[in-house]
Amino acid sequence: MKYLLTALLLSLSATPLLACETVQLGSLEISEAWSRASIGMARPGAFYVTIRNTGATDDALAGIATPVSGKPMLHETVVKDGVASMPHAPAIPVPADSTVQLEPGGYHGMLMGLTQVLKEGETFPVTLTFREAGDVTVPVAIRGMGAKDAGCVDKKD
Amino acid sequence: MRRRTLLVAGASGVGALAFTLGLGWWQSRDSLQPGSALLPLPIGKMSFTLTNHHGVTVTPSEWIGRPTMVFFGFTWCPDVCPTTLSDISLWLQDLGPDADLMNIFLVSVDPERDTPQVLADYLSNFDPRITGLTGSLAEIKRAAEEFRATFEKVPREDDYTMDHTAGVFLFRADGRFGGIIDYHEDRHVALLKIQRLLKAAS
Repeated sequence: MKYLLTALLLSLSATPLLACETVQLGSLEISEAWSRASIGMARPGAFYVTIRNTGATDDALAGIATPVSGKPMLHETVVKDGVASMPHAPAIPVPADSTVQLEPGGYHGMLMGLTQVLKEGETFPVTLTFREAGDVTVPVAIRGMGAKDAGCVDKKD
Repeated sequence: MRRRTLLVAGASGVGALAFTLGLGWWQSRDSLQPGSALLPLPIGKMSFTLTNHHGVTVTPSEWIGRPTMVFFGFTWCPDVCPTTLSDISLWLQDLGPDADLMNIFLVSVDPERDTPQVLADYLSNFDPRITGLTGSLAEIKRAAEEFRATFEKVPREDDYTMDHTAGVFLFRADGRFGGIIDYHEDRHVALLKIQRLLKAAS
């Protein structure tokens, strides 16, 4: 039954699920790239992704680029003394043999100057630039505004 | 030149202290705590006037009689605010009709951009029991002071963002402070805190 349901879900939502596929770049595995639907284009969007470094060399995410944002930047949400701020993160370390998540309330890509409305169910490309491994482009699933994760079928429960 | 408008109610680090004291207050129920000057005022003693996302004037005295949940945020906020609103929506979903008995507010710390109509559009993506509040900067400053919350405008190259207190404030039906749900709080702990308020009110 569970498999039937999964198969049904897979067949119904083939496009966004592409974003759930893992993209390999050397010893880096990039998966679960997602964003939230936007209201118009005035507000900044956020970009989240999981990066697994299976190799023995430390790496770092140094930047992101995407056609949907005029000024994409890496940021980190920091809650200090109960107050949330979002300092710019020059680079996000991806140490050897570890997994780093850009996720709500932590590191995230900030997509300023949106060039298009982000619509739930659609995808857009983001190019990640790593100091060691170089560039890789991944498809990003646009989820609902209330989403808290990529919603990949094989991840939760 | 970087110009910052810093709004601090009381001493620095008041958020963490208020949180710690808040837990103590919550746990020890009715006994008066030393240092209670750093806790949010009881709702009955609050004096601000704001406008809700339907365009209706709101004063806190109207909240007495129902447990209340308040979160400070803004709709241009890409990470913390949608996450917290999504958390609140999930709590409300778990609580079901019991939560119909609560007042639940998002107070905008960005009245420049968050008009009632902007709040209405934004909140239509979350649980309909959440009401957005905005108003003049003076009244929002007054509200933050009375909650012992802080917010700060942080200029960026072309625009600005806001730093703000991230916890969710809880109040009992009689208006007394009932604790804070911290950002990143475990979902079950958050639900327990809300359920205690609801139980006391029923």
